[in-house]
Amino acid sequence: MAPTGDPILEVRDLVKHFPLSQGIVFKRQIGAIKAVDGVSFDLHRGETLGVVGESGCGKSTLAKVLMALERPTSGSVMINGKDMAKARGGDLKRMRRNVQMVMQDPYTSLNPRMTVGDIIGEPYEIHPDVAPKGERRRKVQDLLDVVGLNPDHINRYPHQFSGGQRQRIGIARGLALQPEIIICDEPVSALDVSIQAQVINLLDRLQTEFDLAYIFIAHDLSVVRHISDRVAVMYLGKMVELGKDLEIYDKPAHPYTQALLSAVPVPDPEGREQRERIILQGDPPSPANPPSGCRFRTRCWKAEEICAEEEPLLQIRPGTGHESACHFAETHDVVHAT
Amino acid sequence: MKNTATEVVPAEGGLGNDPLLAVDNLHVEFATRAGLVKAVNGVSYTLNAGETLAVLGESGSGKSVTAQAIMGILDMPPARIPLGEVRFRGTDLLKLKEEARTQIRGQRIAMIFQDALSALNPVFTVGWQIGEMFRVHRGMSRRDAETKAVELMDRVRIPAAKQRVNDYPHQFSGGMRQRIMIAMSIALDPEVLIADEPTTALDVTVQAQIMELLAELQRESNMGLILITHDLGVVADVADKIAVMYGGRIVENAPVHDIYRTPGHPYTKGLLESIPRVDQKGQELYAIKGLPPNLLDMPSGCSFHPRCPYRQDNCVTDVPELYEINPTRNSACHYWREVLDGTDG
Repeated sequence: MAPTGDPILEVRDLVKHFPLSQGIVFKRQIGAIKAVDGVSFDLHRGETLGVVGESGCGKSTLAKVLMALERPTSGSVMINGKDMAKARGGDLKRMRRNVQMVMQDPYTSLNPRMTVGDIIGEPYEIHPDVAPKGERRRKVQDLLDVVGLNPDHINRYPHQFSGGQRQRIGIARGLALQPEIIICDEPVSALDVSIQAQVINLLDRLQTEFDLAYIFIAHDLSVVRHISDRVAVMYLGKMVELGKDLEIYDKPAHPYTQALLSAVPVPDPEGREQRERIILQGDPPSPANPPSGCRFRTRCWKAEEICAEEEPLLQIRPGTGHESACHFAETHDVVHAT
Repeated sequence: MKNTATEVVPAEGGLGNDPLLAVDNLHVEFATRAGLVKAVNGVSYTLNAGETLAVLGESGSGKSVTAQAIMGILDMPPARIPLGEVRFRGTDLLKLKEEARTQIRGQRIAMIFQDALSALNPVFTVGWQIGEMFRVHRGMSRRDAETKAVELMDRVRIPAAKQRVNDYPHQFSGGMRQRIMIAMSIALDPEVLIADEPTTALDVTVQAQIMELLAELQRESNMGLILITHDLGVVADVADKIAVMYGGRIVENAPVHDIYRTPGHPYTKGLLESIPRVDQKGQELYAIKGLPPNLLDMPSGCSFHPRCPYRQDNCVTDVPELYEINPTRNSACHYWREVLDGTDG
C-alpha cells in the first residue's frame, strides 16, 4: 500500500463557505458558515488518508467538495494535474468518474425500488462509454463477485440483504467506474461491531487489488489508525494536524489531537483508574463565527494571548516531525501515558 | 394520588437478601405479521446499589427490549412476556398493576435514551419538561418545578442554566441535550438508572464528558446503573460487570477485568479480537464470519453455532445452559474450557 509517484490529488487552500441570509423578499447575506476554511493536502496513488474530527468540523463538506457535489468558494482541487474546481461540462463529468464515494448509511443510500443490478449498473447509464450496453450485466456480476456477494443475486432488492451486505453493494457501486480515488464517509459506523471488521478487510483488499487511493472519513479512531497511512485532524474547518499514522497516534503535537485521542475509550479495563484523560470543556464554537486566531483556543488549556491574535499555520514545528497548527506544539504520547 | 412509590415497593432492602434489581429468566416475544419474533429468550442478571452493569450486544440481541421490559414501556401487544420476573427490591414488577408501575417508573427506575433529540418534546421548553417530573410525581407548582429544573440543569453542568431553562431542545447541542435527558432521569433520585446507548450519537470528546458526568452522579447517589451499549471501549472504562447478549440470550457474564483478559465465550472472544490493534497494522483484521441471527428463524442449538470456530456436533442440537466457570462468572458455551485456554476448536 506504499504511496508512489506524483500525487493524484492535490488540494490547495480549499475554502467552502455557505452563505447565511436574512429576509424573505430581499435576501441579504449576513454571514457565512465557514465549513471548510483553507485546507491543503496531497493524496498519492494507493494511499489512505484518514480524516478525523468531531461533527461540524467540515469533514463531510470536504468530501462533497472533492466529489464536486459542491463548488468550492475558493482554492483548487487538482486531480492528476487538472483543476476540478474550474472544470465545466464534459470535462467535469469525466473528472467526476475518477472520484467515487461510499456512503455512511447502507439503509438509506440504496434505492429500495431498484434491483442490485440496477443500482450497481447505474453509473454506466451516466457514463455509457465505460461499458457498452451488452457488457454491463456481466460487469455488474463481476463487481458483485469482487465485493464478496453472490453474482446470482443481481436481481434482488436491497431489503433482501443485511447491513454489511448492503455496504458491500455500496462499495461495488463505487468501484463500477474504475475510479482512482474513493472517498469513504463513515463507511462502517452504521454497521454492527462483528460486521465492521469484514468491511474494513474488504476495503483493504480492494485497495491492493485496484491500487486505489482512499480518503477515509471516520470518527472511530482505532479504525482510522488501522487503515490509514496518514491521518489529518480537523477542527472547525481547519486542518490542525497532519502526519503519518504513527506520528499522529504516538506523538500528537496539537492539544486538540491529544484531547481527542485521550477521550477515546480504550477497550481494556487494566489500569483504567490511572489513565490520563483530557476532558475538554464545552462544545465547539459555531463555524459561522469562529474565534479569532487559533480556533481551538477557547477550549485549549495552553492558550495565551498570541493564540487570539495570530492564527497558527499548519507547518512542521520545532521538536516535532510532522505538520501541526499550534503555537505551542509539543509532542506528548497520551495513549500510552499512564 | 392513590399510593406512593414507597408503598408499592419498600424503600430499603426487600425480601431476604434480594439484590436491588434482579431480572430472572425473562422472555419477551413480539407477534408480527411475519411470525413470532422471540427477542429475549431467558435473560437473567442482577444489579446492586452503586454498581455498574454493562449489557453488551449488537442490534437485535435483545438488550434494549430487556431494558424496556424492566421499565414497563413495551407496547403490549404486540409484545408479550410469557415467562420471567423482574424483581425490584424483592417485588416482581411484572405482576404489579399499571397504576403501581407508574409510581416506580421515573421515580425509582429511570431511563436515558440514545437519541436525545427525538426523546425530548420539541414544542415544550426544557425547563417545562424537566419540571414535569416534579409536577406529575410530586404535585409541585409550576414555579417550584421550574426552580427545581434550574437546580438540576446546574447539577448536570449546563452553563447559564437560569437563562436557558426556557429554551427549546433544538437550541441545544447534542451533548447538552443528552445532559437534559440525564437531568430528567435523575430528577427524582432514582435507585436504578438504565442508560440505553447514551453516547452513541455523540462525538468522542462529548462522550467522555457525559460518561464522566454519569459516573459522578452515580458516586453521589449510589444508584445502580445499567449501561446498554455495543462499544467495547466505553464498557472497559466504566463497568463493574458485563453481560454479553447474543440472539436474545446472555452468552457470558463476568466481572469486567476477567472478560477482557480471558473471554469465556467464542462470541465475546471474537468481538475482542476484531478490535483493530496497533501491532496488527497492515494485517487483515480478525472478523467473525457470517451474519447475526435472524430472530424469526433462530439457528437450532446454540444460536452462535453457524459463526463459531469452536463448533462441535452437539452445538447444533443442544442449547447450552449458562455454565458456571466460577462463582462470579458464567458462559453459555459447551466448550468454555477450550475457549478460556485459547486453544482453537
